[in-house]
Formats: sequence, C-alpha cells, structure tokens
Amino acid sequence: MTSLIETTEIGKTYGSVIALRDVSTVVNAGEVTCVLGDNGAGKSTLIKILAGVHQHDRGSLRVEGEEISFGSPREALDHGIATVYQDLAVVPLMSVWRNFFLGSEPTRGFGPFKVLDRKQGREVTKKALSEMGIDLRDVEQPVGTLSGGERQCVAIARAVHFGAKVLILDEPTAALGVKQAGVVLKYVARARDRGLGVVLITHNPHHAYPVGDRFLLLKRGRSLGSYDKADISIEELTRQMAGGAELDALSHELRAAEAGDAG
Amino acid sequence: MVAQSEVPSVADERIGKPGLLDRLVVRPEIGSLLGAVLVFLFFSVVTEQFLSPGGVATWLDDASTLGIMAVAVALLMIGGEFDLSAGVMTASTALVTAILSTQLGWNVWLALFASLLFALGVGALNGWLVMRTGLPSFIVTLGTFLALQGLNLGITRVVTGTVQVSGMRTTDGYESAGFLFASTFTFGGTSFYISIVWWILFTVVASSILLRTRFGNWIFAVGGSALSSRAVGVPVMRTKVYLFMTTAFAAWLVGSINILRFTSVQANQGIGLEFQFIIAAVIGGCLLTGGFGSAVGAAIGALIFGMARQGIVYANWNSDWFQLFLGVMLLSAVLVNNALRRRAERVRR
Repeated sequence: MTSLIETTEIGKTYGSVIALRDVSTVVNAGEVTCVLGDNGAGKSTLIKILAGVHQHDRGSLRVEGEEISFGSPREALDHGIATVYQDLAVVPLMSVWRNFFLGSEPTRGFGPFKVLDRKQGREVTKKALSEMGIDLRDVEQPVGTLSGGERQCVAIARAVHFGAKVLILDEPTAALGVKQAGVVLKYVARARDRGLGVVLITHNPHHAYPVGDRFLLLKRGRSLGSYDKADISIEELTRQMAGGAELDALSHELRAAEAGDAG
Repeated sequence: MVAQSEVPSVADERIGKPGLLDRLVVRPEIGSLLGAVLVFLFFSVVTEQFLSPGGVATWLDDASTLGIMAVAVALLMIGGEFDLSAGVMTASTALVTAILSTQLGWNVWLALFASLLFALGVGALNGWLVMRTGLPSFIVTLGTFLALQGLNLGITRVVTGTVQVSGMRTTDGYESAGFLFASTFTFGGTSFYISIVWWILFTVVASSILLRTRFGNWIFAVGGSALSSRAVGVPVMRTKVYLFMTTAFAAWLVGSINILRFTSVQANQGIGLEFQFIIAAVIGGCLLTGGFGSAVGAAIGALIFGMARQGIVYANWNSDWFQLFLGVMLLSAVLVNNALRRRAERVRR
C-alpha cells in the first residue's frame, strides 16, 4: 500500500535561515503520525509545506505516490489534505453551519440565481456533527459561543465530511484544559478509525502517545528520528524531546507533577 | 430556591428556547430599526410637515443617495475594510461623465459607461493595493481619497477654467439618461425622485447577495477572519477586491444620479461624505472590526440620517443640532454593537 503522504529528506530555508532540513516520515491511512518538538523545532514549517502554504526547496514530497509541490492551500485541499489550525480553525462570528460549509457552500438554482441552500446546510451540518459524536442543539448559533474544544471538533468534523484523506491538526490541544483536550483527542481517534491519515502536531507527548502510531521528533529544524509506537515508550519520547542536559530538571519536574496528580 | 434547583447545572444551555428578546438581539439591524421608529415618531409629533406627503418625499430623497452608498460601504465593512475615497468618488464619477459629455461632446450614455469603467478601475486599484501591500485599507484609501480630490480639482480647472462643470442639459442622450437616474414619479398625488427606487433596489439586491449566496458567506468570512477563510479555500483577495469595486459602483450610481439631476457638479463635492456612509453603516449594525453587520441596517441608518436632517429643518431648529444628534446616535450605536458582538463572540471554556 502506498502511503498517503511520504516526505523524503524534505527541507525549507527562509533566506539564510534553515527552518527545516532532512525530515523523512510517512502518513498512512488509518494511522496517526505525531509531530513533536519544542517551539522553533520546525513543526509549523513542516505542516505549512504539507498544507500548501509554503513550498519545500529540498527533498521530495509524495502524495499517494505522486511527487508534488503545492502552490496553495486550495491545491492541498483538492488532494484531500485538510488542515485545522489552532486559532484559525473557524470564524467566531459566523454560525456553526456557515462555518461548516465555508468554502464549499451548498447551492441550489442555476446561473446568476444560485442561492445558498440553507436548509440543506443546516441539516447536513447537524448530521455530520452527530456522526462524529458532537451533538449541538442549534447549528445557527455563532461558533464563538462554543468552547475551544468544540470549535476544534467542528473543524475536524468539517474536514472529515468533505472527504479529506489526510487531516493535519496544528496543536489542537494547546490552549485547552485537560478535559477538553481529552475530548479533542477522542475525535482524532474517531477520524483515524474512519480511515483518515492524521498528522497531529503537539509539544505534549502525553497527548501524542495515547493516539499516535508513529512519532516524528523535531529539534531545531532537524529530525531526531521517526519511530513506530512499538519502538518507543512514552518515557523515551519525553526524554528525546527534552534532550540530554535538560533531562534531569524535567524528570524532577515530572516526578513532582506525578506526585501532585496522585495526591 | 425550589425553581432554581430544578434547573440542571450541567447542560443548561441546551434546554429551553431562547426568549424573543434574545433572538431579536442577534439581528444586527434591530438597534437601527428601533432608532428609526423613535426618530420617526419624534418628528411626526414635533413638526407638521414631516408626515405630509411632500415631507416624506423630501426625507426619503435625502436618505436615498446616502443609503445607496451606506449599503455598499456596509458590505465592505462586513468584509473587514474601509473606503475613505467613497465620498469623493461620487464627485469623480459625476465629473468624468460631465466633462466627457459637455466638453468632448460624447453621448451621455457613452460618458456614463466610461465613468463606470473609471469607477470600477479605481475600486479594483483600491482593493488590489490593500490586498497586495497588506496595509490597513484606512490608510490606502486615504491616499486614493486625497489623490482623487486633487485630480477632481486639477483636471476640472484645466478643462473648464473653473471649479465646476455644467451644461448637462444640452448634451446628447440627456433626456433618456435623466429619465433613468433623475426623473420623478407620482405616487398617491405626490412626486417622488426615482433615486428612492434605486436605493430600495440596491438594498434588496445587496442584502440578498449578503445573506443568500456563497459570495455573501465569503463576505462575512473574510471580515470575520481572513486567515481562517483562506485556510478553507475562500478566495480572500478576489472577495475583497469585488467589495471595493461594489463601493465604487455605488459611487458611480450616486454620481450619475447627482449629475443628471443637478446638471452641474462642483469639483470639491463629496468631501466628508465618506464618514457619513460609515456612520450610517455603523448605526445599521456594522462592526468597525468587520465580520458582522447588515445591508438593510445600513439602509435604515441612512433613513435615520435623512429623517433627522430634514426633521430638524421642519422644526425650524438650527442645523447645528444635527451634528449633536449624529454624535449621540453614533456613540449609542457603537455601544450597542459592541455589546452584541460580545454576546456573539463570548467564549465558554
């Protein structure tokens, strides 16, 4: 089976700044590939290449076996790669169903008299959300009235509904509380179970490990390795992310935190 | 206490229908409608002429050209941009039409067509500059505003030696074009200007596009969050450029109505009107930050303008009071809009 996405020694420079170099990983259908790294590790650059916002200038990007370089987010979307960004997943002042269909609005009529099919929009939105296990009373309410986790879920449901093959999630749990983060991770797992390939960007190994099948570790624009879940434990994942010198301080912190959780 | 304990604390936002007030309050134009009713009642009681057929025709006419512009500016503001050149554009388009037909002897229809192209060109330039540079439209259109003001005066003086162009009445095609843009029609024994019909037509079309079409959905989206819109494949640049062109089109329509009705145009006309357009749109429920507002609301905002401006005349007050009224209206509208937005944007974590 060919992978949905395969990057081979991909790289990107902004002027004299090397933002990313020699990163290789794969995204398969029905699997979650987690991209982990601290701030400035190159996570954003990598997903922007996959999402068509930027173009890579080294290595190769293959989508379903075909070598490609996206010129725009629209092109990536047309290849079934949908991206849900942390802050800009939705337009807060617009209603849930208008957000859901933004960019792919259902219309009826023809020629210059094409109008939005609002009834269909509302019904389909409600149905698609409930299929993902999200139950909203009123799809006419502004998205701004939803919680942060619910907004992410609407954006995920949207991508699934519009036939995305690959779902890229940029720090979906970063601004969320523990419970909300858990809800979002549940929908990530659900999208995976429906056969999507998921790219989950996070700097939290505790969010990544339960849902991830493969872990790509980035640091300062370079890959520290791409591991299958069987080959790496959560302790090792955390250790790799922290790096040698910072490890002692971190494990001390973690022990204190775990003691806190237990108590 | 008993009643309170019966309300489940977990999913309480899911039960119970929102009250009538709650449902009305999310309509952006509701504040302006209320204001319009108050202003209407006030002047109906205070003055006698206000409710007379002639009086109604006068304040409707006053509101009409302002209303056409306010509706276009409202769409642009919902799309997240301003156009400070909109006021002076109404003079520029009239000047282009007038100079081409009176000085060069063009047929009025041809001159109107040329000035339409000119307007759409300026609108597209505004939009392209704003999108291309990423600068605030406030500053970019301030530039085009000043440039157009200079061009209006400079070219008019070079061509005619004065600062006005007149003599439209003797040009080719004046009769038929005037019929379309500047005639009157009789309704119930009173004559009304056709500009009122243009105003209503423009409002209906704009509101339908805004609420019922994909393009309308994109207007809300690019104003609410341009980055989110781009991420889901909305053509942000195209949408905004079209909005600037719509404002320019409205300015052409108003310029054409003015030049054909008054048959002459001053080169310094239209300056300062851009703020009236924005004020009317804000009174109509548009947020200054974009993403929220109403075309019908902007039309009602213009109606409030017209009623107050003429009502003050009928009441024999000094027109200075109009400015006070305007200031109070604007402030209360902004406060109401802000409260509405907080309601809509409030985040529950």
